[in-house]
Amino acid sequence: MGILVVTGLSIVFIRDLFAVVILFGIYSLVSASFFVNLDAVDVALTEAAVGAGISTVLMLGTLALTSRREKKSSHGSTLPLMVVVVTGGALIYATLDMPYFSDPSDPIHHHVAPRYIQQSGEEIGVPNIVTSVLGSYRGFDTLGETVVIFAAGLGVLSLLGRFGKRPEIALPSPSMSHHLILRVIAKALIPLILLYGLYIQFHGDYGPGGGFQAGVIFAAAIILYAIIFSTESAQKVISPFVIHLLMSAGVLLFAGVGVVTMLLGGNFLGYNVLAHDPVHGQHYGILLIELGVGITVTSVMLSIFFDFSDRKRIRSIEEQ
Amino acid sequence: MISDNLPALQVVLPLIAAPLCLIIHRPKLVWLFALFICLISLGISIELLSAVINTGPISYEMGDWAPPWGIEYRVDKISGFVLLIVSMIGAVVMLYAGKSIEHEIAPHKQTLFYSAYLLCLTGLLGIVITGDAFNIFVFLEISSLSTYTLVSLGKDRRALTAAFQYLIMGTLGATFILIGIGLMYMMTGTLNILDLAQRIPEVLETRTIRAAFAFLTVGICLKLALFPLHLWLPNSYAYAPSSASAFLSATATKVAIYVLLRFVFTIFGVTFAFEIMPMGTVLMLMAIPAILIGSTVAIFQQNIKRMLAYSSVAQIGYMILGISFASVTGLTSGILHLFNHALMKGGLFLALGGIAYHMGAARIEHFKGLGQIMPWTMAAIVVGGLSLIGVPLTVGFISKWYLVLAALEQGYWPIAVVVLVGSLLAVIYMWKLVEAAYFNNVEPSEVVVKEAPLQLLIPTWLLIGASIYFGINTDLTIGVAQQAAEMLMGAGQ
Amino acid sequence: MNTFLGLYNYWIVIVLMMTGFYIVIAQGNLIKKVVGLNIFQTSVIILYVSMGKVKDGAAPILTDGIEIYSNPLPHVLMLTAIVVGVATTALALALIVRIYEDYGSIEEDDIHKQDGSF
Repeated sequence: MGILVVTGLSIVFIRDLFAVVILFGIYSLVSASFFVNLDAVDVALTEAAVGAGISTVLMLGTLALTSRREKKSSHGSTLPLMVVVVTGGALIYATLDMPYFSDPSDPIHHHVAPRYIQQSGEEIGVPNIVTSVLGSYRGFDTLGETVVIFAAGLGVLSLLGRFGKRPEIALPSPSMSHHLILRVIAKALIPLILLYGLYIQFHGDYGPGGGFQAGVIFAAAIILYAIIFSTESAQKVISPFVIHLLMSAGVLLFAGVGVVTMLLGGNFLGYNVLAHDPVHGQHYGILLIELGVGITVTSVMLSIFFDFSDRKRIRSIEEQ
Repeated sequence: MISDNLPALQVVLPLIAAPLCLIIHRPKLVWLFALFICLISLGISIELLSAVINTGPISYEMGDWAPPWGIEYRVDKISGFVLLIVSMIGAVVMLYAGKSIEHEIAPHKQTLFYSAYLLCLTGLLGIVITGDAFNIFVFLEISSLSTYTLVSLGKDRRALTAAFQYLIMGTLGATFILIGIGLMYMMTGTLNILDLAQRIPEVLETRTIRAAFAFLTVGICLKLALFPLHLWLPNSYAYAPSSASAFLSATATKVAIYVLLRFVFTIFGVTFAFEIMPMGTVLMLMAIPAILIGSTVAIFQQNIKRMLAYSSVAQIGYMILGISFASVTGLTSGILHLFNHALMKGGLFLALGGIAYHMGAARIEHFKGLGQIMPWTMAAIVVGGLSLIGVPLTVGFISKWYLVLAALEQGYWPIAVVVLVGSLLAVIYMWKLVEAAYFNNVEPSEVVVKEAPLQLLIPTWLLIGASIYFGINTDLTIGVAQQAAEMLMGAGQ
Repeated sequence: MNTFLGLYNYWIVIVLMMTGFYIVIAQGNLIKKVVGLNIFQTSVIILYVSMGKVKDGAAPILTDGIEIYSNPLPHVLMLTAIVVGVATTALALALIVRIYEDYGSIEEDDIHKQDGSF
């Protein structure tokens, strides 16, 4: 916890944006390990992959396309400081009669949550309770979350990328393929990362993991390939056009499961009707929607990464 | 079977349509497809509202899990009414977008625009229909992210900074709401709105709940651009593509007001919000400057879209003022104005889009002699303007009438004066346009433009025409608004 | 003393939250604002996850012989929140890149100067 506070505060004062971004990565990683302490293994895995991974990479990419130094700001900091002190004060005031940390008698541990803990084993048959709640009880939230990701991919695409056929342009994209060691290590590492991604995708029922984390790991493997062997060669493996189709396909698969359950006489995303045995139905449903999440997350992450790394080329197309 | 699943289809249909747009790919086809989806959406919301009026609230269990364990969709009078507003504006503006977007956005981005538009519609409908507090947050983010995209597609580079500013303030607002939901969850152990409403009274006295209340209120007020948290609004509306401005101004802030009503009246209840917490006073103290300052600033704008955006800040003030009375009449006026303002502001922004179609922008100097050149568009602006002012026979009059009634009911006659002054200020800023358009003759040789194309005029007049129709025939709107208001007032007692 | 131990965790979270919030509203550099926004959101995630912790509880994965689990619901909610956070970040960064291309700066002051007054 102390490290978090120190990191946070130093971000306020440091003007070198590169250092700020790296510190933020550290901040994310430390909070991820803190989540493990709090028994939130799924959250920890995600925070490590997203906060320390994707967010940091994107921020570095932005720095590469913009500028690295922060200028001294001219406006005063008294008013913001006051707002912050008032808000913080309100929160501290709120804590004074809050239920104590980790006390089993807190109201939060009663009402709704016990059913998830006690009955999800029978009702859904998946050991990881987080997966049960995420995939089934609150599956609709997860659909929403997938759509949020899709919306972000769409937004970045419209801002930086180019949808549809793009004119060919000869502008070499940077690569590090002349580094022999990097190349060899990457070749050995990438299959392993992909394999690990598959494991996370399909093991989410038993251990921490699931479509979202797997998607990020999958994307990370391809991004690593792109960084080392150039964006172009990565795009030969998976073309932007396919990526954009996959972005949609994941969401459609997820929502499609819902439509099928409706056609079979259940409610939207009521997986019980998917098989004769409700527990099996739940299992199929969760498997399919996790796959949908995985596909959308992988392709959106790739799309966003390529939009950033290809920006210079796309800009020269736009200017013609 | 279809009728049982209508609540889910209301949201899921545009949700599925948005990614399909990318697969269909060709802008013209995508537009037709999106328009088709918007029309079905409108049909569903009409069906839902009439079902609610006839047989009472509808509850739908997502994933077949009973609330509070699963997510519940719930349509009652107020949510049905707001669903209707959103899907109606969604359909009319989509009709308009076909021609307007073709003109404003590069071809390879048009498909993305329609997809983002459908996502935004999904998000807004999802916020309104859901009965789960956390689900509100998720759909809020869907609508926000797609809104930032829509705004950033504007031609001017200021659209980018506007979108960024909106993103920062919008995300702060959403995070405040998230903190508020978290604190409520901490004290009650539930996320379902009705369940929260039942369990909150037990812990009402705690500071945590008070803090939750404060965070929710501030967060939502950021989203609905209540003065002085409105800074993101004028530029976003001014620089977004015409159809996006019309859609957002007519729906996004309305949905935020709906969320405020939901949290304050349904969950916390009138007694807590207005007697224990000083909600009424606070809202009133923000609404009055919103009306006066918003209208005054509007007078000085040269960019007419920006002028209308400031006028929106003022109009939001009227709605909040109505709510701040915490009486049935006050709420009726607020809810009524949700609908009425959506019609007139939507219509006005569409009309401006018609002008920008030929002129490239809509600044005051472009209005010179427009009375002759674009008679239909200008007539729409005049009628919409009359409605903003609140002249009898327009919808604007009806909502202001109820607002004044509500003020007098509680003996707040100075408030009635504020409403009157606001209307006078509106006369001034609308007069500027009328003067430029009708009292400036242009030499025939200088005329290079003509009337806006029919595809733009028809949707414009649909909304403007509706704003006259509902100004004369008020049974439907007042009836629903009044019943919704009674329901909200009764909910917390 | 009991109060202190019971609430200490939440207080740290609040300090973090306010650090992030301060960076967002006080700093003029757009990238720093986004970093601040992320810190703000991460701290809210810590708040939620802290709520879910149960003393002596285990991670919520059903295993034979374990009776007490931490509350899984906040974990689920926060998975969603993390995703929303990264989505917002990506979009914000894309906007920053475009703003830099069009204005040549990512400082709020410079941008306001170029556009005239706000």
